[in-house]
Amino acid sequence: MSAPAPSLFSPAAQDVISRLGLKKGRANLEEFASTLQELAEQDRQILAVTSDSRGSGKLGPFGKALPQQIVEVGIAEQNLVGITAGLAAGEKKSFGVSPACFLTARALEQIKNDVCYSDVPATLIGISAGVSYGALGSTHHSLHDLAALRAIANITILVPADNFETREAIRAAASASHPVYVRFGKAVMFNLHTPATKFEVGKAIKLREGTDVAFIGTGETVIHCLLAAEKLSQEGIQSQVVSMHTIKPLDANAILEAGRECRAVVTVEEHSVHGGLGEACAGVLMQAGVAVPLRIVGFPDEDTVTGSQADIFRHYGVSMEGLAKTALELLENSGSLA
Amino acid sequence: MTDHALQLKSIQYRQKLLRYITEAGAGHTGGSLSCVDILNVLYNRIMNVSPDNFDQPDRDRYIQSKGHSVEALYVVLADQGFYPEAELETLCRYQSPFVGHPTRKVPGIEMNTGALGHGLPICVGLALAAKLDGARHRIFTLLGDGELAEGSNWEAAMSAAHYELDNLTAILDHNTLQITGHTHDVCSNEPVDEKFASFGWYVVSVDGHDLAALTEVLSAKPAAGKPTMVIANTVKGRGVSFMENVVSWHHGVPSPEQYEIAQAELTQAESTLLGQLN
Repeated sequence: MSAPAPSLFSPAAQDVISRLGLKKGRANLEEFASTLQELAEQDRQILAVTSDSRGSGKLGPFGKALPQQIVEVGIAEQNLVGITAGLAAGEKKSFGVSPACFLTARALEQIKNDVCYSDVPATLIGISAGVSYGALGSTHHSLHDLAALRAIANITILVPADNFETREAIRAAASASHPVYVRFGKAVMFNLHTPATKFEVGKAIKLREGTDVAFIGTGETVIHCLLAAEKLSQEGIQSQVVSMHTIKPLDANAILEAGRECRAVVTVEEHSVHGGLGEACAGVLMQAGVAVPLRIVGFPDEDTVTGSQADIFRHYGVSMEGLAKTALELLENSGSLA
Repeated sequence: MTDHALQLKSIQYRQKLLRYITEAGAGHTGGSLSCVDILNVLYNRIMNVSPDNFDQPDRDRYIQSKGHSVEALYVVLADQGFYPEAELETLCRYQSPFVGHPTRKVPGIEMNTGALGHGLPICVGLALAAKLDGARHRIFTLLGDGELAEGSNWEAAMSAAHYELDNLTAILDHNTLQITGHTHDVCSNEPVDEKFASFGWYVVSVDGHDLAALTEVLSAKPAAGKPTMVIANTVKGRGVSFMENVVSWHHGVPSPEQYEIAQAELTQAESTLLGQLN
């Protein structure tokens, strides 16, 4: 018998979730699969391309319902991306679906040349991204993908924080006429948005207002930012929380607004601290002359600790407690704690 | 178009590609000379593609996987009317669309290639898309000997057979040379025919400079349910005596003296051919 997966949330964090009234949704992976199937039922030009990954991509039902719209290439990621690009060049709306770790490392040259440089309207879906695979180890982690793809011209990079953002990201990708990369994990997510929320590629969503510290998070880290903000509010510190679902093109205005409104900025990502959201935000702030105390929370340049996604998040401070502590220290060290 | 007219075109393409490579001071001379007869037959006899139908989904597709031999392709596309040939005077110049490897900035180019081992997977996607649509157009790609060492070719070779892509024809520019030397010394791909056959392909060998033979092979009805591999036996540097089978001409650029000798040889060949015509 395997041990139950440890929770991503401490008991105290779970209390805060209840207090905020956040409702549990499902894994973004499942939201992706059902959204893509709904779209594909309406548009027969939509194809899912898999590398022995229909199970991991939750595309079993898609394959059963739409057998003519799923292309299996076997365990061959370079081939997967080349074929996905070729299908797009052949007037299909192709979605190449593969674990983010393999998709964006092994097939990086195909992404760069066949998809981005050739500018075909293909979408690449990096499933089980970041440290979703937990104890399977670094072979299965993708802590490099945002950095690698940020440096490649002509690709939109989307990292949804909950089911709503996932659904909207997939819809946006299906109607895009240029390359898109969407990455997400497989943990069950809480719904962070109200029905009134609008999703627009390249426009960050502000989840909470505050002027002491700004948390700019992306993907599955955003809920931890929200919880940290709520915890800090108990100590009289008001935090802004921004879901930066689009890593490229980056919403520079939202970053500058956060940097100008708040006394400190904490960026949070399920990615290496090198080349991801944090450094992107730092670049925007510095080049605009906004000198605000900043901490980049992510995974350091080291052999990642063994453990579940929850263990790894906690170890590196991607948790309500960890983020609240980082924010407090940042405010204290910069002398801006009121 | 008669065989003689086609032969004349091959000589003229060689004259032109040498001119533009020499003027640019850069290019892949040997490989362009080895594949230009194949391109000649494809564009003038086999494929249904032209500036008039290039926006039509049912046009035939050509992806040059061995992208470095782009000068041959540029000359042929100019001849097809995709752009005025004079534009090739900008080859590799600042802000020219005529990059040293194929890009879609150039009319008539389908996909950006140049990194090796990319064309075949792309063509599997294009061929699958056509199959799914019940379309009848064909997909062609040109592979180099050296690039067969890229594993992605063999991933795609498996997929093409698995999906029974008989609308896909790959042509191997089998000149047996690559930048370091002979392929059998660098990383042997032989027996390349048996390899593709064992992967489930229909394989046919042909003299890659025999325009009539190429025409016959490329216009033949494909083997049902199988992708086709045409092993075109070619000579790298073909048409210029001192370039033939000489490794250093992979990306060698002729000196002014060498250029004059090469053009004189090709002019002589042209005169001989015209003499035969008359």
